[in-house]
Amino acid sequence: MQWEVVIGLETHTQLQTKSKQFSGASTTYGAAPNTQACEVSIALPGVLPVLNKEAVECAIKFGLAIDAEMAPRSVFSRKNYFYPDLPKGYQISQFELPVVGKGKITIQVPATKSTEAYEKVINITRAHLEEDAGKSVHDAVEGMSGIDLNRAGTPLLEIVTEPDMRSAAEAVAYAKKLHELVQWIGICDGNMQEGSFRCDVNVSVRPKGTEKLGTRREIKNLNSFKFMQQAIEYETQWQIETLEDGGTIQQATVLFNPDTGETRAMRSKEEANDYRYFPDPDLLPLEVTEADKARVKAEMPELPQALQARFSSEYQLSSYDASTLTASRSLADYFVAVVNAGAEPKQAANWVMGALSAKLNAEEKAIADSPLSAVQLAALLKRIADNTISNNAAKQVFEGLWAGEGEVDAIIEAKGLKQVSDTGAIEAIINEVLAANQAMVDEYKAGKEKAFNALVGQCMKASKGKANPAQVNELLKAKLG
Amino acid sequence: MKLRCAFKILQTINQNMALNLDDIKRIAHLARIEVSESEAQETLNKLSGILGLIEQMQAVDTTGIVPMSHSQDVTQRLREDVVTKTNQRELFQSIAPATQDGLYLVPRVIE
Repeated sequence: MQWEVVIGLETHTQLQTKSKQFSGASTTYGAAPNTQACEVSIALPGVLPVLNKEAVECAIKFGLAIDAEMAPRSVFSRKNYFYPDLPKGYQISQFELPVVGKGKITIQVPATKSTEAYEKVINITRAHLEEDAGKSVHDAVEGMSGIDLNRAGTPLLEIVTEPDMRSAAEAVAYAKKLHELVQWIGICDGNMQEGSFRCDVNVSVRPKGTEKLGTRREIKNLNSFKFMQQAIEYETQWQIETLEDGGTIQQATVLFNPDTGETRAMRSKEEANDYRYFPDPDLLPLEVTEADKARVKAEMPELPQALQARFSSEYQLSSYDASTLTASRSLADYFVAVVNAGAEPKQAANWVMGALSAKLNAEEKAIADSPLSAVQLAALLKRIADNTISNNAAKQVFEGLWAGEGEVDAIIEAKGLKQVSDTGAIEAIINEVLAANQAMVDEYKAGKEKAFNALVGQCMKASKGKANPAQVNELLKAKLG
Repeated sequence: MKLRCAFKILQTINQNMALNLDDIKRIAHLARIEVSESEAQETLNKLSGILGLIEQMQAVDTTGIVPMSHSQDVTQRLREDVVTKTNQRELFQSIAPATQDGLYLVPRVIE
C-alpha cells in the first residue's frame, strides 16, 4: 500500500521583549538562577498580571505579516496543570479567542535528486500569546530537582498550522521560512540553541488517496532543522511499519533522541490533556483596533514577499533568484547594498548566491559577518564589467578580499591579474601557440571542433590567464578561418 | 466565575451533565485536593445542585447574543515594556523550604 504522511506544526517563538509577559522582570538569557524571578514569576499569593504592550505589538506584526484575520477582542485563559516549574498551577494562554486567526505562509521546497523545487501555501490556524514555564534541573541534589524560574513568564507567541504538510522536506521548509519571517519582522531572535524557537511536530500517516486523518503522535521540542528532518522521517517509517504489521497507533507525545536517531513515547502523564481551560478572571479582554494595526504596520519593514516582487520587477531577476535573495533580511539587505553601490543586478545576484554564499557556508559564517563588504563586492563586479579582469581572475581577487589583502584595484595590481585586451599582444600569443601546436591545428582543419577549445586553452595558458577570452576566441577563429 | 469554572470542568468530563462519584474524585485529583468518601458524596450533592442551576439557565434562548468574555465592558490596560523588577532572590528564598545554588529545591520530578 502507498502511504501518505500528514504533518502539522506548533511553534513556540520567544518574543523579543525586555520584560516578561505579565510583569516587569527582565527576560535576559543566561542570568544566575532565580535572579530574574520576581513575585509574579514565582506566583506569590495576591500578585496580579499586567500585560506587556510590546508583546501584543509583536503578535499584531505577525498577524499582518501572514495576512491573518485578527480578533478585535481576544481572551486570556488559564491552562491548568501541576508541575514544579509552573508555580501558579496554571499557564496563562489563549484558548477560544486567540489574538491572531487564520493566515497563510508560502514556502519554497528545495529540489532533490528526483524532484523539482516547488512552492506551496501553508495555512496558519492561529497564533496566540502565552507565557513560558521555568526550568527544572534534575541532577542538582540527590533525590531533589532544582527549579529556576528566570524563564517563567517569558512572552511566547505559539503559531499553529493546519495539517498541510506532506513530507519532512515540506515541514522543514515551513519551519525555516517561519524562522526567517519572525526574525525579519523583528519579533524573535530565532536563537534555537537558547530555545527561542521550538517546534512540536504532529505526524500521522494514512493510505494515499484517503481523506480520514490517521492517529497522530506529537514530536516535542525539536530545536534544530536537521533533527526535525530525521525525527519526522523516523516517525513516519515507524508508523507505517507498525500499521503494516497489523498494529495500531496510540495518540502520544514522543521525544527525539539525536544520538540514536529514534523517536520514543514519553511516559504518558496521567490525564495530562485535561487542562480545564477557563477565562482568567485577572485579565480583561485584549482589544486590537484598526488604529493599532495601522500604527504597527507603519513601523514594519518591507515584507519578504513584497521585496521578492520588487526584485523581479525592478531588477528583472528570475522568481527563483528573487526568492533565494529574500530568504533572509540580512541576505536581501546585502544584495541591495551591492546593487546600490553600482553593480549590475543579475551579476550581483549570481555572485551573492554563488561565490559569496558558498564561502560563507564553508566557513559557517552569517552574511552579517562577511569579511567582504557589499561595497567591495560591487567594486569587484565593476572590474569584470569594464573588462579589467576576467571572471576567473575575479575569483582570485574575491579570495584576496576575503583574506583582507586590501582593496580591489590593489589586489589586481599585486597579483598581476589585469586582463590583456590589446589586440597586438593577443595576436602575438596566438601566433606562438599555433606554431607550437601544428597537430591541433590540423585536427581542427580536419573538422574536430574540440581542437579549437584546446587551442583557446593553450592561448589562455600562455598568457597566464590574463588574455581576454572573448578576444582570443574571435582572433583565433579569424586566423584559422 | 465559580459557575463558569464548574461548567467548563463538567463540559470536559461528562457531556450528559449527570455527575457521579468517580467524576468528583477525578476533578479532585486534577486539582490535587484530597477528599474522603463522605466529602466526595457531599461535594457530589453540591455540584449536582450547581449543575441543575446551569441546566435551568441553558433553557434560556440566547440566539444572537455575543458570548460575554468579561462582566464589565472594559478592555485590558497594557504595560510599557520596561524592566521594573530588581533581584530579590535572597528575600524570596528566605521563606522557601529548601534552596541550593540559587535554585528552589522540590522532590525529584522525572520527565
